[in-house]
Order: sequence, then structure tokens, then C-alpha cells
Amino acid sequence: MTTPSPLAAERPRVSPASVFWALLRRDARVARRELPSFLVRTIMQPVLFIIVFGYLLPRMGFVQAGYTSALLPGIIAVSLTLSSVQSVALPMVQDFGFTREIEDRLLAPIPIRLVAIEKVVSGALQGVLAACVVLPIARLIMGPIAGLHLPNAALALGVTLLGSTVFASLGLVIGTAISATQIGLMFSIIVAPMLMFGCAYYPWRGLDAVPAFKYGVLINPLVYVAEAMRGALTPSLPHMPLWVACAAMVAMSALFLAIGLRGFVRRSMS
Amino acid sequence: MSDAIFTENLRKVYAAPSMRRFRGLSSRGSGPPPIVPFAPVRTTDKGVVALDTLDLRVREGEFFGLLGPNGAGKTTTIGILTTRVTPTSGRAMVAGLDVTAAPDRVRQRIGVVPQRPNPDRSLSTLENLVFHAAYFGIPLDRAEQHAVDLLKRLDITDKADARVDALSGGQQQRLMIARALIHEPQVIFLDEPTVGLDPQARHDLWEILRDLHAHGRTIVMTTHYMEEADQLCERIAIVDRGRLLACDTPERLKASAPGGTLVEVTLDGEAEAAVTPALAVAGVTRAEAHGTGLHAYSERGGEAIPALITAAQSVGRVVTNIHLTRPSLESLFISMTGRKLD
Repeated sequence: MTTPSPLAAERPRVSPASVFWALLRRDARVARRELPSFLVRTIMQPVLFIIVFGYLLPRMGFVQAGYTSALLPGIIAVSLTLSSVQSVALPMVQDFGFTREIEDRLLAPIPIRLVAIEKVVSGALQGVLAACVVLPIARLIMGPIAGLHLPNAALALGVTLLGSTVFASLGLVIGTAISATQIGLMFSIIVAPMLMFGCAYYPWRGLDAVPAFKYGVLINPLVYVAEAMRGALTPSLPHMPLWVACAAMVAMSALFLAIGLRGFVRRSMS
Repeated sequence: MSDAIFTENLRKVYAAPSMRRFRGLSSRGSGPPPIVPFAPVRTTDKGVVALDTLDLRVREGEFFGLLGPNGAGKTTTIGILTTRVTPTSGRAMVAGLDVTAAPDRVRQRIGVVPQRPNPDRSLSTLENLVFHAAYFGIPLDRAEQHAVDLLKRLDITDKADARVDALSGGQQQRLMIARALIHEPQVIFLDEPTVGLDPQARHDLWEILRDLHAHGRTIVMTTHYMEEADQLCERIAIVDRGRLLACDTPERLKASAPGGTLVEVTLDGEAEAAVTPALAVAGVTRAEAHGTGLHAYSERGGEAIPALITAAQSVGRVVTNIHLTRPSLESLFISMTGRKLD
């Protein structure tokens, strides 16, 4: 039995690339079908924030008009964060919970890790989509934004993609580490503080006033996405050096992906 | 001709559940339990032994049954053969390929029908099949035609565009079979495929499986229904507590069942003392105690009952229940393990 039997020889091997593409197409089909709920899920929170902090408060005179310039890149960062984390973590928690729906993909003749990587890619793309939808809405509601520099669109898109990858990878970590019953808790304990202390609603440089916070928030991946977004969209305003933010995002993506892949394999195999 | 499946000294020990519980949030222990679908078989300090040196050989084109009670190691065996469970030691080959060395290529050659239907609920019935085919590299147009044919063959064409939630349990099970067939695998695994199906759906499924077998597929099925194994399988492996107890055709297995009718007499206490007087009863060829159960094999069928009751009373026991089993796979199983199947 050490030599492969004739059975083994007769089939051409399936190319992992074509299977990966099929997995992406599956997610695209589902995303298209669930577009309305996807939009509500990912855009509601940022848009409400834009209305209150980008429109109402400036009108009331509680915040300076220039606040919208600091807020806009942060809001985009929050949109892509929520979208990428949720689009990976939520279905995965269910998949590994009761439904085990992901089994049909785990039977595909490709390495199991590729199935997880596809989820991250698809989640990152959904993050980019969310950012692209929120940007014009924000601009519309907030009115003219001082210092907004749109010629850097390609740079902004790159930052969006990188940031979405960070959070899609984090979604993989969360999706493989927690159970369905803990999902609500996870949003209260991890996601909510991450959003509030992510320098999304205020620039990182603003924290010069509170040094303990200034360095404490650096473990929060959202800080780098928001600051990089400031570097791309409002470069004339104070922000963390773009290369520092981008390097941090690359490092965090790699870290989350490594942890997430380990978790995925552990949950898929016994 | 090569073997479709070959295992040698296959062993699987799961990490002890108690250890997993303490690993907290970061581990899989926090979720619903993973695929460890058995009552603990034997716990050592290293963990739970689900499979203990299993040797199996399934020929190409064979309809093979794995028969055993819950917790026997059937699902673990299927898990290893379908590349989802890593064996602790030993070797398993499927379609000529080692499951640990070449899991991707093994997956390409097998179809799996799970114990509980797990269709992709975000997709329609037809999409489930077409996308599954795409995961196996089958081009879209070919996949669609093949999917339509399969739905027709399995009689769920009218649900092709329905979301899978709209399918009944039996229909979902048939969808799982269609999914397992869409990439034309050489070996099909079915894990307890008829659990939870009504009798009609069960017989429909039997017909489908017979038809597949007639077309030359290798089928490996686990079940804890004696009748099912008897009716469908060419060969049956009886497993219990992770070990292979017997492996043969249903006819020969039944012929090897201990002679006579099995009279199970349940007593109000330990049955051990009643064994000797039971052996003295005319027509009783063998008697064993299993807890409060006295198992006597009678060549004269139920005629031995009054004498067995007297035998029990002679050692101060009262009979609380009596059950007769004719020679069958079931009586063979009970004679081998001292336990019933379900």
C-alpha cells in the first residue's frame, strides 16, 4: 500500500487559485443578496455619529467647525473597522457553533488555511466597500471640510485596504476564539472601547494633553488606521507619520492573521 | 484491485475534556464542544481514547458498514478518513492516498454526508450544489447541469431555488447526498444518514444508496441500526469502545451469533449469583451476568423462561423484566459486548 494506487492517479489536481476564486464568488453572491442589511449594519453607527458630531454639535456651536476635519478620517476608519470585523467574525462564530455550515468549504481539496485566508480577503473587501459608501455620505452631511485633500485617493484606498485587512484578521481571531453566546459580550468589552479609544473621534496628537492615554491607546489597532487615514485624507492637519501607522498596520495584520489561522485550524480539525 | 480504504493500527486519543475547560476564552473549549461525539470511552491520564488500534480494509466498490453504539468510535473513524480528525498514531489510506500526508488530494476523491445536515444556509438548494462543485474546480456550466440532474434524481427539483431552510429534514439529507456526489467522488462516506428521518424518507434513502452502489461507488456508512446494516451492507465491521470486534458479511456474522434465543432477564439486584443455577436450566447453553441483567442463550426459545425465573428466585432475586432476542446481528452484538446497540 505504499505505492499510490491507480485510483490516485486518474484525476488532475484542482488549482487552489480556482477554488479560492470560487470561495470569493460565494461570498460575493451572499453579500450582494444581503446588501441592505450589510449597509445598515456597517453604516448606521458611523452615519449617526456624523449627524450628531459632524452636523448637530457644530451647528449648536459646541464644537469648532474644524472638528469635522479631524472626525471625517476617523469615521471612515470606524466604518471599515466595523464592517471587516463583523463580516468575518459573525458568520464564523455561527459556522463553528451550531450550524457547522462551513463544513462544505472545509471539504474543498485545498489546504484548510486557504479557506480562512479567503474569509479575511472577503472581509477586507467588504471593509473597503463600507469606507467607499460612508465617505460621500459624510461629506454630504458635514458640508465642506477644511483640509480635505482628495487627490490622494489612491493612497487613501491603500490605507483603507490595509486597515480592512487588520480588522478582517482580527475578525478571524474573534470568530475562532469565542462562542455564539459571547458575541454580545465581545462587542461590549472589545469593540466598543476599541472604537472610543481608537483616536477615531479625536486625533492622536490631541492626546498630548493626556500622556497616559496617548501611549496606552497604541495597543489599539484602530489608532493606526484612523491616523493613517488622516495622513491620506487631511495631510495638512497633525497626524502620526504615515509610514509609522502603515508599518504598525502591517505588523498587526501579520500578528492577527497568525493567531487567527491557528485558531481556525484548531476549530476545524480535531 | 486496490483497497478503497485501508487503516492500520489507527488510534485516536482526544485531549482530556477537563483540561480543555480550564483553558478559558482563548481556546475552543469556550464554544460548543467540537467533534468529540462520544460518551467517554476510556479515559487515561493523556485523554479520552476514542479509537484503539483499528485495522480496516474496504475494497473498491464495496458497500461497507460500521456498526456500533453511540461512542463506539464510528464518527471518529469517519472523521479521520475524511481528513477532519488527525489520528494520534497509525495510518489511514483512502483511494490510495495517506490522509495525513495528502489531505487535499484525499478530499478531492471523497464525498461526505454528515450526521446532521449542514447546508450553506445563505444559498439556495441549487447554489449549494453549484458552489460546492466550484470548490472542486468544476466549471460553472458543467456544475449547473450536473446539479440539476442530481436534484432530479433525488427528487428535490421543485426546491431548486428555495432557501435550504424551506427543505424538510429528509430533503435536506438528500441535498447532502447530492452535494456529496456533485464532484463524482470515488468513495462516499455517510455518518448515520438516516437518524431523524421518518420511515418513508429512510426507505427512499436506502433506495438511493442501493442505486449508487449498483453504479460501482464505494460506500462507507456508519449506523447503529442493525436492520439498516443488515439490509444494505455487503460487509459490516462491528466496533465498540474504539475496537474492531468483528468484520464480515451480514450472513456470516449472523451465523456466528451464539446459538439459540437470547433471554435477557432483568433482576432486582446483581445477577452474578444467578448464573450457575441458570446454566443448569435445560436448553440453556450459555449464561452471563451483566450488572442486574442475566443473559441466557436458550435453544428452546421462550420455554426456558419459567425455569430461569425459578433459578433467579433460588438465589433470592426477583425478576423485573424479560426480553427475548432471536439470533441476529443484535444478539451477536450483545454477546460480544454485553450491551445493546442503542
